[in-house]
This record gives sequence, structure tokens and C-alpha cells, in this order.
Amino acid sequence: MLLNQFLLLAAVLFCIGVYGVLARKNGMLVLMSVELILNAVNINLVAFGTFTDDVGGAVFALFTIAVAAAEVGIGLAIVLLMYRNRRSIDLSEADLLKG
Amino acid sequence: MTGLVLAEFTTTEKWVVNSFWGVIAVAMVYAALRVVTTKNVVHAALWLVVVLAGVAVQFLFLGAEFVAVTQILVYIGAVIVLFLFGVMLTRASMGDDEGVGDEKRAMAAVVGILLLAVMAFALVDSFDDIEIITDGPQSVTTVSDSIFSQYIVPFEAVSVLLLAALIGAIVVARQD
Repeated sequence: MLLNQFLLLAAVLFCIGVYGVLARKNGMLVLMSVELILNAVNINLVAFGTFTDDVGGAVFALFTIAVAAAEVGIGLAIVLLMYRNRRSIDLSEADLLKG
Repeated sequence: MTGLVLAEFTTTEKWVVNSFWGVIAVAMVYAALRVVTTKNVVHAALWLVVVLAGVAVQFLFLGAEFVAVTQILVYIGAVIVLFLFGVMLTRASMGDDEGVGDEKRAMAAVVGILLLAVMAFALVDSFDDIEIITDGPQSVTTVSDSIFSQYIVPFEAVSVLLLAALIGAIVVARQD
């Protein structure tokens, strides 16, 4: 198998995730798009780890999974708080810090 | 059988493995597109399951068994359930998500396509025909030995981070 087929698949997933982050208003859907991006990065880490025959790639993919779990926990807590305060999770309405 | 030893395969077997890979990849890209385009939030979460399962299969293709199992446990087992709970608790979002306007959506698509073009060019330019040789699956022993010797400091840092995230989530979401 080519190294590039994994890297290109990860690049496609990453770009779909970036599109999702930019084109979505719902806070929940933005968090899902962020998960797409993190998973694309994980494919890259594991692919390069296997390519260089080093276990470091897999280990860092595991660290990324742990960080992503923490991220989604905090992210959902923030979205819930936003819902409780404004009865909406529309991110375009969250402009309190806008100058 | 995972962690395929492709070097020992005949051409036909390689072709079968590669077409299997292709089917999974196409399914993943389609599901990812549905995640970012579908209007129903619950449907988006369920399409995300397809993408995450596909990523786990990619890890198996690369011989990283332990990462694949962790992917299924943590993502499909925990993160998706968390998302579905989130959707349930913010009832307002159950209906349709209109998303941003057409103009902004077009700009987002342009950003995504340009980014993909740059990355694809860089990847094809640098890793043109390099083959991955997987010599069997990575044993869990190797991964755990590595975590608890060479990578012990980042491992402890991740532990503290998870604890901080746990406390932070409780503090942020607490009613008072």
C-alpha cells in the first residue's frame, strides 16, 4: 500500500472538517466537525508511525484521542452553558466579545 | 486478520485488499460530507459514527490494533453518546440547522477546496510512490512499554489534563 493513499484520505477528511467548522452555526455540529479534523490528524500520525516503523506514532495517536475526549467534554459543557443562558446554541449569536 | 503482511501477498490478493480499502475510503468521505451538510443534528452524529468506524479500520490496515480498539471504545462508545446527550439537553437544536448564508457557505467551500489542493499537491510532490511495509500488527506490549518508559512524561501530563478537564466540565456546567 502507498503511504500517500492514507495521507490523501486524511487530507480530504481534514478539509471537510474545516468546511464544517466554517459553514455551521449550531455549536454541536461545529464540535462534530472538529472531531473530523482530529481524526484526520490521527490517521496521519499512525500512517507515519507505521511508515517509519516507530511505535511513537501510535502512542501520540492515543494521546490525541485522550486530548480529544477532554476537548469534547469541555466543549459540550460550554455549549450546554450557552444553551442555559440564551436558549440557543447558535454560534453567530455569541458575539459578546465582539469589539 | 489485521496488520496485513502485504509483501507476502500475490498480486490478486493485493488488489482485493486495495479495493476493500477503496470502498471504506469512499464510504468515509461520503459520511464525512453528510456530517457537514445534513440539517438534522442527530443524523449528523450518526453519520459521524460511520466516519469514526472507518478511521478505526484504517488503523487496522496500518497494523495499529490497540489504537483501533481505543478509537472504537473512546469515540464510538463515549464521545458519540456524549454528543447525543448534548443534543438531547439542548432541545432547541433538535430541528433543522439552517447554517450560515449561501455566500458564507461558498466561501467556506472555497477555503476547504484550496486547502485540499495545496495539501494534495504537497503530499503527491513529497511522497509520490513510497510504499508502506507493514510487518504484522504492532503488539500491545510494544505500545505499553513505550508509553511507560520513553513517553512517561507526556502520559502523566495527559492524565493531569484529563483530571483538569473533568473538574472544568463540572464547574462550567454546574447549576447554581
